[in-house]
Amino acid sequence: MSLRRPLVNASDNNDRFRFRLAVSMALVLLAFAILLARFVHLQVIQHDYYSTRAENNRISLAPIVPNRGVIVDRNGVVMARNYSAFTLEITPSKVGDLEATIDELSQLVDIQPKDRKRFRKLLEESKTFESLPIRTRLSDEEVARFAANRYRFPGVEVQARLFRQYPLGAVASHAIGYIGRINKRDLEWITENEQLANYKGADHIGKIGLEQKYEFVLHGQSGYEQVEVDAGGRVVRSLSRTSPVDGNNLTLTLDTGLQEIAEKAFGNRRGALVAIEPATGGILALVSTPTYDPNLFIDGIRTDDWEQLNNSPDKPMMNRALNGVYPPGSTFKPFMALAALETGKRTAGQAIFDPGYFNFGTHQFRDDKKGGHGVVDMYKSIVESCDTYYYMLANDMGIESIARFMDQFGFGSRTGIDIEGESVGVLPSPEWKKRRFKRPEQQKWFAGDTVSIGIGQGYNAYTPLQLAQATATLANDGVMYRPHLVRHITDSRTGEKTLIEPQPLRTIPLKPQHIATIKRAMVGVVKEGTGARAFAGAAYESGGKTGTAQVFSLKGEKYEAGRIRERLRDHALYVAFAPADQPKIALAVLVENGGFGAQSAAPIARLVFDYYLLGKAPNGPAPEDASATEEE
Amino acid sequence: MHDPIRLPAVFFRLRARLLAHIDVPLLLIVLALMLCGLATVYSATYDGNNRVFAQFLNMGLGLAVMWAVAQIPPQKLMRLAVPLYVIGVVLLLLVFLVGIRVNGAQRWLSLGFVRIQPSEILKLALPLMLAWYFHKHEATLKARHFVAAALLMLVPLALIAKQPDLGTAILVGAAGFYVIFFSGLPWKAIGVMTLIAGAAAPLLWSHLHDYQRKRILTLIDPTADPLGAGYHIIQSTIAIGSGGAVGKGWLNGTQTHLEFIPERHTDFIFAVFSEEWGLLGNAVLLFLYTLLIARGMMIAGNAPTLFSRAMAGSITLSFFTYIFVNMGMVSGILPVVGVPLPFLSYGGTAIVILCLALGVLMSIQTHRMLVKK
Repeated sequence: MSLRRPLVNASDNNDRFRFRLAVSMALVLLAFAILLARFVHLQVIQHDYYSTRAENNRISLAPIVPNRGVIVDRNGVVMARNYSAFTLEITPSKVGDLEATIDELSQLVDIQPKDRKRFRKLLEESKTFESLPIRTRLSDEEVARFAANRYRFPGVEVQARLFRQYPLGAVASHAIGYIGRINKRDLEWITENEQLANYKGADHIGKIGLEQKYEFVLHGQSGYEQVEVDAGGRVVRSLSRTSPVDGNNLTLTLDTGLQEIAEKAFGNRRGALVAIEPATGGILALVSTPTYDPNLFIDGIRTDDWEQLNNSPDKPMMNRALNGVYPPGSTFKPFMALAALETGKRTAGQAIFDPGYFNFGTHQFRDDKKGGHGVVDMYKSIVESCDTYYYMLANDMGIESIARFMDQFGFGSRTGIDIEGESVGVLPSPEWKKRRFKRPEQQKWFAGDTVSIGIGQGYNAYTPLQLAQATATLANDGVMYRPHLVRHITDSRTGEKTLIEPQPLRTIPLKPQHIATIKRAMVGVVKEGTGARAFAGAAYESGGKTGTAQVFSLKGEKYEAGRIRERLRDHALYVAFAPADQPKIALAVLVENGGFGAQSAAPIARLVFDYYLLGKAPNGPAPEDASATEEE
Repeated sequence: MHDPIRLPAVFFRLRARLLAHIDVPLLLIVLALMLCGLATVYSATYDGNNRVFAQFLNMGLGLAVMWAVAQIPPQKLMRLAVPLYVIGVVLLLLVFLVGIRVNGAQRWLSLGFVRIQPSEILKLALPLMLAWYFHKHEATLKARHFVAAALLMLVPLALIAKQPDLGTAILVGAAGFYVIFFSGLPWKAIGVMTLIAGAAAPLLWSHLHDYQRKRILTLIDPTADPLGAGYHIIQSTIAIGSGGAVGKGWLNGTQTHLEFIPERHTDFIFAVFSEEWGLLGNAVLLFLYTLLIARGMMIAGNAPTLFSRAMAGSITLSFFTYIFVNMGMVSGILPVVGVPLPFLSYGGTAIVILCLALGVLMSIQTHRMLVKK
């Protein structure tokens, strides 16, 4: 065995050693060749790939959020704007003990329990790597105090942010809407519209109203700053900057003066008012009372504020102008009369005798006026608001004919206003009833159903907006425009104004003499009829129609002494246009549980017209005419 | 005052004294490498805690140590073998018993005023011991001597591996193995050992610590854990790859200066060098290292005794091992093991140990005539 003999004999020892050295050197060179090959692979063959990765390491794109567009009314009064303020923000994922951190922060900056509550709510809705505000609108002193202690709070930062502000507060809040923090649903919507890139870094979005409808117009185009960052993500320097394009500004058709007067005219009553410029469809005032302060929503509404708004029996969050559906009551009569003329069922001079009731089969439909109105022609039927005339008319016309005619005025269909979510309302018809009800015995249309349709009761249910649009269309001689709130959009860069062209929806084929007859009767209402007291001494001629809608369902309402009586009262309505010969404004007013239309709705219309046509500012709620009655 | 004629004589005498027992080619190669090192340490640290002056002092100290060791003839060095080895092993035992635990590893020993890492001593003490052992039994070398040598090697290795410090264990083990190899370990035995090692690999795997396994798995797929274990490798390969053919230029490495490279002035300094000097720089550096190794091989080839041959060969191949393991690790073809790059990485201990080894090489080279006499 080779291992047993001495291994090293001096003579060949040296050669053997040198051979081993040579082998080693060969292995060394081989190993270095492998390294060199690896370097060639990394630095030549894959150089582009690694260069890109190094650049990606180094360069980070920081989005720059554009300034949101400003909203002004038709006279340039600012309704929504931005201002810059400092916020104290926490990135939860970078903070160990959140509560302890907030406790410590509260020694430097005033943090109220409500701020903590709101923060917790935001925390639940957000991802932990987002920077969430614990306090907004820091004072300069608070900013300085925090800055001096910044090192103690990793993951907490003071940021200069732009805030949305609604300087008029609750005025027109149902039209303007509000913005709020982007939530999951908003994110899905942004993604669907392929706007995700444009919302990098943005944390607010329009939630409702114009802020929501015109979101992409108001938002603008995100900018980007290329920054060099180190391994810790800290910005080392700025490499290039693509400025954001600010959002475009909206100029509305609304007149804030008119809007404020109309809102004040309601006092603390619930209701809605929509005033439209008949020749364009531009909305001059869109009132829904009670209202709310949209400023509360911007940084996440506080829980108690939300509960107060959400649980109030007055439902301040509900936009009554678009989502409240009410029977039109007698305000329906001018349209019925026009239908009668157009279909040839009545002429203006044709009269009926009203004994105070209308017998239909075994059922007696009563007129409001005991003993009846006597001999009634079309003019008198509108001026005095005679029910019997319209019971008979409806019965003579038949439901199909009524529905066909009313459909042209937009009753029971969405108006297409530039706010999302308006209700459809109900234009009753046999088909509607079939769709609405499930059981066959409920689905059948009875001839008796038609009779009360004639006076705007029964299944009739429309939004105040629909009523206003129908009135404006009537005032505009049958030419219907899409109601809209935005008059023009101003490009933030060029200052160029894009006018929103009034869109004529349709021209209803109406005979001019028929329109004239109805308008004359509506002027009569104001002169000598149910609207006369509210408009006594007016320096302009207007046409109008009072209405009273019965509140028939009280089921499910809790009994509260005092309140129940108020809630049992009928809704008061008034539709009107002025001046009578060349209408510049048409409106519909609804006062929930306001009693007779003449009593509470017409006086509101008076204040609105007085301001709009004469510039008179009353500054207070409209007086209630307690002695007013429907048949006055 | 001065005598202008006598000055050159003083100068020459001084130069002769300074260069006594110094191998000038080796010195020049090392000085070139140290220059590269200083430039790279400067780049890696100038925008923070600049270490270049400290490294300059380390190198000065290292060169002094080298000079001093070079003056000692190999026979005297041989006498240090046994005591050094015994002291080293005793200290390792103390580490095992009363060592200081840092980051989960028990590698340090506190001497009250200073902390030492005894495993560093073994990097030289083990090859010295083995070379002395084989030298002593040169005439009657038998299989049992190799077995005994293996035992001499395994005791400290086991203690180091236990700490755990796989990197140092591999380096110390390699240095010991090279001595045995150059002392004439039969090729057959090498073949058998390779086979056994291959068969034992799975067993070894099961004895590895989790973090050690992770490092090996990370090598196979660094992207599996890009922010954890894979981060070092990913960032260093990006640095090397983005350096390209000629590099981004000195002080211009973005991976370096934006702090993407971890340990950039110590174990990962090659990534800094490679990013800034590119493939060209890498080739020059590899060439310098090749020269270093070639010079070491020449010294070994000319060495007159088994002790000096085995020592010179072992030191030279150890240099190679450091270089290959470090560059392989930084460029992502070997697992992450804490091994510095000779003469480039910052660190006093590493420099001094390397210079000690250089001193031994120079002593071997410059004392061979005396031995022959």
